[in-house]
Formats: sequence, C-alpha cells, structure tokens
Amino acid sequence: MADPVKFTIDGRPMQAAPGTLLINAAKEAGIAIPSFCYYDGLALQAACRMCLVEVEKTPKLQVACTTPVAEGMVVQTDSPQVRQARKGMLEFLLTNHPLDCPVCDKGGECELQDMVFRYGAGESRYVESKLHVDEKQWSPIVFYDAPRCILCYRCVRICGEGLGVGALGIGNRGAAAEIVPNRGDHLECDECGACIDICPVGALTSGTYRYKTRPWEMEHIGTICTHCSNGCKTTLGVRNGNIIRANNRDRSGVNGEFLCVKGRYAFDFNENPERLTAPLLRAGGEFKPVSWAIALATVAKKLSELKARHGKFGVIGSNRTTNEENYQLQKFARLVMGTSNIDHHRTGDFATLLDTLSGRANALATTADVYTTKAALVIHSDLAQEHPLLAFQLRANSRHHKAHVYAVTPGPVREDNYGTGVRADPGREFEVLATLREKLAAETELIFLFGAAIKGAAIRQLVEFGDSLGIPVKYICLLDYSNSRGASDMGLLPDLLPGYRHVSEIGLDPGMDCDQMLSDPNLEALWVVGSNPLARQSLGATNAFLVVSDLFLTETARRADVVFPAMSAYEKNGTVTNVCGDVQKLSRGPKTMGTKSDLDIVALLAREMRADLGPTKVDDVFQEIRRTVRGYENLPFGVIETGGAAATAPVHGPVRFESRPELIRPTANGLFTSGTLGRFSGMLNGLIESPGALYRDPHVRPVIEFGSGQLEMVQDK
Amino acid sequence: MTFSPELEARFAKMLQSYPPGRTRSAVVPMLLYGQDEVGYVSQELVEEVARRCGVTPLQVDEVIGYYSMLHRARLGKYHVQVCTNIACQALGGEQLYEHASRTLGLGNKDVSPDGLISLEEVECMGACSWAPAIQINYDFHHLVTPERFDRLMESLRDGSYGRKAS
Repeated sequence: MADPVKFTIDGRPMQAAPGTLLINAAKEAGIAIPSFCYYDGLALQAACRMCLVEVEKTPKLQVACTTPVAEGMVVQTDSPQVRQARKGMLEFLLTNHPLDCPVCDKGGECELQDMVFRYGAGESRYVESKLHVDEKQWSPIVFYDAPRCILCYRCVRICGEGLGVGALGIGNRGAAAEIVPNRGDHLECDECGACIDICPVGALTSGTYRYKTRPWEMEHIGTICTHCSNGCKTTLGVRNGNIIRANNRDRSGVNGEFLCVKGRYAFDFNENPERLTAPLLRAGGEFKPVSWAIALATVAKKLSELKARHGKFGVIGSNRTTNEENYQLQKFARLVMGTSNIDHHRTGDFATLLDTLSGRANALATTADVYTTKAALVIHSDLAQEHPLLAFQLRANSRHHKAHVYAVTPGPVREDNYGTGVRADPGREFEVLATLREKLAAETELIFLFGAAIKGAAIRQLVEFGDSLGIPVKYICLLDYSNSRGASDMGLLPDLLPGYRHVSEIGLDPGMDCDQMLSDPNLEALWVVGSNPLARQSLGATNAFLVVSDLFLTETARRADVVFPAMSAYEKNGTVTNVCGDVQKLSRGPKTMGTKSDLDIVALLAREMRADLGPTKVDDVFQEIRRTVRGYENLPFGVIETGGAAATAPVHGPVRFESRPELIRPTANGLFTSGTLGRFSGMLNGLIESPGALYRDPHVRPVIEFGSGQLEMVQDK
Repeated sequence: MTFSPELEARFAKMLQSYPPGRTRSAVVPMLLYGQDEVGYVSQELVEEVARRCGVTPLQVDEVIGYYSMLHRARLGKYHVQVCTNIACQALGGEQLYEHASRTLGLGNKDVSPDGLISLEEVECMGACSWAPAIQINYDFHHLVTPERFDRLMESLRDGSYGRKAS
C-alpha cells in the first residue's frame, strides 16, 4: 500500500490512504460533513453542494465529496464561510421545496429536515410563488412528488449502478428538471423500491407505506426476509401488530441496505384475509374450526395408534420454517415415530456438492465472498431474477473491484451487460465451459454459482472442471426459498440426519423420499409442514390421514384431515440458513391471532403423545443444534444474537446418501413470484411486471445463441 | 430503423470518431441529424439512437429534455424561432414574438393546421448585433420588423421563400 497522506482537518493532524475522499477522511475522524448526493458505493455526483469546505490556499470552497486528500492539505469544515455556504445551499433547496413536513411520509426521518434543523435557514428571502407540479404515480409501489425533489441523483444511481436496471433518469433542465421513469408515465423495472428508501427527502414514496404512519410510531424489528434463499435482513416497521413497511436502512445483515421487491413489499401475505387463524378438522367432508386442544388431541391419538401398530407414517417438511423447527420436526419423525420417512421439496442438490467437496476447507462461498471475489461464474441461473442479492453483490463487486463475471445461461441475463455472457442450452453447459477454460484459468480465484440444472453427476463434473483450472474455486449451490439450506442441514432428508450424518448412526434405515411418500398407496398418515406437494401431484394413498400445518388453505391443506394454522417467519424467533450457509436470526414482529409456530406445534404434539423431544424453547433448541449438528458447532452465538450473519462450516467428510437428482425440482421463482406466499401477496400480483420471466431482459445486448451456429461471446465492457 | 445512405454513412463515421467506450458522445449529433431527416425526434428514432450508442432509451430522453432544439413532436415545414432574449428584447423582440403569435394564430411550439409553419420563442441565438433576430429552420434573418416578418411568412406560404433574397 502507498504511504499515507498527511493533512489537517479542523486543526487536527490526520492521515489517510492516497485517494481517500475528504468527506470520508473526515468521517473516520468523527467529523461529519453534511451531504445529500454523496452516497457510499455509488458514483460521485457533486450535485448538492452541501459538503463545501474551505481548503487553505484554494480560492473557492471545495466539495469534500469529490476532493481527494493531498499532502499538507489544511481543511476547515466548520468555518463561518462554510457555515454560510451551507445555509445558502439549504436556502436554495428550500426555494421550491414545499413545507409540507407535517403530512410528508419522510417527516421525522428526512435528511433535509435534519440539515435545516442543524444548519438552516429557517427563513427564506424568496417571495416568488413556488412551482407546483402534481404528484405522479409510476407503479403500485412508486410515487413521485417533484417539488419535494432536491435532484441529488441518488435514485438514478442506485437504479442504474446498483440494480443494473436504469429505470430512472432526469428530464428537462433548470427549474423544470425532475426525475423521469423509463416508460414515459410509468415504470417498468424490478420494483425493488431502492429509489424510495435511498431518497433523502419525501420525493419518492411507496404505495404500501404512504400516509399510513409516522416513523416514530412504529417498532422497528430486524428480521430475515422469508421469500428467497438469499436471506436478506429486513427491518419491519410494526405498529399495533401490523407490518406497515419493510426496509433495511440501518444497512445491517448480509445485504447492507439491498432488498428486492419481495423483501421490501411482499410482506402483505402476512395479513392476507385468507390466513388460517383456527385449526380445522374435517368432519363429514367439511372443515370445521376447532380449538387447538381438540386438533392436537385428534392428531396425537391418530399418530399414537399408528405408531403402536407400526403403520406407515411420513413427514414432508418446509423450505421456510426455521432451523429449530426443522430440527425438532425430524426428531419427531425419527425419535417419536421411529421412522426416517422425512423429506422436503429439494430445490438444489446441495448434499452432492458437499460430498464432492468433502475434506476441503473454504470451498463454499459466503454472501460476503461474492462481493470480494476476483471473478465469478454463474451457471444456469438468471441471478438478477432468482437471487437478487447475489446478483447485486456481483454487480457491486464488478463496479468497485472490477471483478470479472461470466454467465453461462440459456437466455440473456443481466450479467451479460457488465460481464461475459455466453448462451448454453440446458445440458450443454460443459461444452461452453470448455470454451471458456482459458479465460477462467487466467483468473486468480473463482466462485461458481450454479442453478438446479446442475445436479448429481453434473456437480461432480463441475468440481472436476473447477479443480482442473488450477486456481482456488469456491461454490454456491443455488437453492430457492428462505431456509432450503437449513432444511437440508437439519436432516429433512430420508437418509441424512442433521449435519449430513447417515441415519444408520441412530439405528434407522433410510426412509421414503417425497415422491415415494406421495405415491405409496400403503401410507397411513402424512404430516406436511409448510409445503404444497399436492399442487403438482395427488396423494397415492387415498385414505391416508393427512395433517397439514400452513399459513393458507393450499391445495394440500384442502385435502387434509386436520389443518394447523401456522405462524409466518415474520411472526417467530429462530434462525435460518441462507443459500451461502450464513446463519441469521429471525425476530418476531407481528402476530396473527390463533396461529402457533411450527416449533410449538411439534412440541405440543409430542407432549400430547407423552414423548420427550427435549428442549421446547427456541434458544434452547438452537443451543442443542450448536452442540450436535456438524457445521453449526462453532457458530458464534454473539454474532447471531446481535443480528449478524455467521457462516456454517459443513464440509467435513464424505456424505453417505443416495443421490437422487430426479428429486431436485427447480421452482423458477423470479423476482415477482414466491411459491405459496407469492400467491397470497396482493402487492406482488398487482405489478405489471408480475410474474416476470426468467432469462429475459429488455436492455440486454444481443448475443448469438450457442448451439445455433457460431459461438460468440459478449466481451467485458 | 434505417436512414438515407448519406446519413447512414455519416452515423458510421460519427461512431468511429470517439474514443472506445465513449460512443454515447454521438447521442446529440445523431439526434440532431436524425431529427432533420425524420422531421422530429420520434420514439423510433430515440430507440434507434439508444441502440446504436449503447445506452438506454431513457438516457437518450434525458438528453432530449435538456436541449431545447430537439423536438419530440413534429414541427412545421418551416420552424420559425423568435428570440426574446435580452438584446432582442431591448430592440422589440417580445413585440415581434407577440405579433408573430397573433398574426400566425399560433402559441409557443404550435404548428399551423397545414403543417407549414411552427412558432417557437427561443433564447439567445448569438445574433445580438442584428437584433431582433429570428431563425427559420437553419437560416438567420436579422433586424426583423413586423412588416418584414409578415413578408417572410407570405413567402413561406406562396413558396417563394429561399428563391430570392429576403
């Protein structure tokens, strides 16, 4: 590293690396230089002129947000001249800014309000009437109030640079300048709402939150998004037990402040009127709401009787329930019911990857690695649609560290725009990889992110290919749903216990998998937790006793004999493991009357059957997981407890299991779908972009198809 | 979208005249020449320029919004621009514009029903020494009095414009 530069800010001698911007150098020393347009991680704009400082021997005030520190520089950040300049800038900003703070959504958390309070300009010398422009609605989510806009370009930059969408721009000029959407009078974009949350004032407001509350009236609860597998931290604004908004403005968690449309707006499923709020018991072909006591007793009686005569019983677990719930659920199946007939909807072949990588350390990439790696290769996934955080991390990595990104996909993807995109029909990925070999081998390190099409033997082939490159390669097996990885880690598999140990270790034979359970005509009882397998196939055992725990009356629940109304992930505590193996904590936000967590349902059912399942409290179960589950044993409790992410380290020895690639069923959930939860989110369904399509991007540059003639690559820009 | 061979050649040369990765610099000249050929900046033109310069249509729109000589609506065959900026204003530019507006029956940026004439009030055209000045398409007309203006309009209507010195 180059020698640090020495300089003085407000009389304090300081040093920083060459190239450090004044605004950041000052911040390091605890000196706040106000700014609107400067935003960490985005391109420099120097539009707002709030960060003007006095630099000795420079005739005019300088903008601290674009001026790098220099040797011997003497800077004043709070001289009378600077204070006057700031006051003047604020007076300019307020010339046309409406003073509607009392009705503005941003009131109370508005940067302009804060600045005026601190530096202002309470009175204006302008007497001209303000230029009024009517508010515009650009989508069900995004509203724009031009007079409030201070033209800091933050929204334009986050959309273009951060999301790679570029749906916002600046129209007109001078006093008439305003933000414009990409489709004339409306937006067609990811609808992620990043523009709204990044807006320092109330110019951009959201359709779900506007005029509903004041920020200080809500309780802010940091939890993990329950939609896709990326595990973004989302801060729920909860008032009177209802979620009013979700954002992540404290930038904690693996995602910083990134959230997609699902994390920010698709929480409305939680309050869908169709939520189940009482247990349902089938009586004479009709569902009848009953008390929890009756529902639990009915199921307990049935299962006890079944157990006594060794009847066939199975469990299909969920991809969205917590690690603790999954762990206790498999204990219930294996210890209480004495069967390993337990499985979940597998969205990727993680166990095979683990087995292939056995004995290696650091072969699995974390979410943070995606931002720091020198190069990455995406295989068979439309990352921006299916794994928005990972795609965001890759884009940021490419922007900030010039990482090389490759995408081998069947159709055009957003990664093509800043990396090397190559088209490959499903099944022909390895032919294309071979053509990329030279370029890949020239990298210093790589992360392979591969979708569900790469499974079974293909995973072994991929790792072989990775090994042959002669550089360190890490892997991410892309899964869908918020806790698919946790379901697999916690042993919701017929032949694997938690931590990928073989079931024979506890004296059980491998059980039936999902398909076998659903088709076995002799199955006597099935418990389906948070999953909807009967949406795609019917139950082979037509007379089987079916118990379902879910939020909604899904196709599966409709066929049930007893339905337990379950809590959503936003309503409970616990931990989930994201697609990269980062373990994070859920915190309870709202509550829906009548529902119970699956952890409680398992515990109550076990108690009703007079069986001992060990701990019942979330924290105690987590401690047991830390004691007994491989990969989870060294998880730093403090990090997770305080809302951080800790990576599991599950790569140990070979995994003994029967590889069943045919059970891997990709979900094809994009940005605007989310399995069952997505169906019950009015917000997601109400967007013009919904349901979205994988492998389509209107702005993508044309690429010649592989397999249809000559192979041509889109080169790095 | 294709243009005349001459314009295509011009565009091809233009795209080569900027350093690599700076093709977006061609947006403004492409729009100007494209507008001359198409008659206005059509949506099709916006998308074509965006495609050729490697930017989004929105980024092209940003440029159009910034420059007043790029028009998203079709103009008259003769676009009459009257300067009311300071030098012209001091010498009767505003009265000239009002006269133009009244006699032509057109407001700012309006087009006559026959599509022959459109009127626009513009800022300084750099002809202050000969104020008040107007511009018809790309031609300047200096020291324009209302009478001279009327004669010019008459020549536009009877087709004699441009054939003799005005």
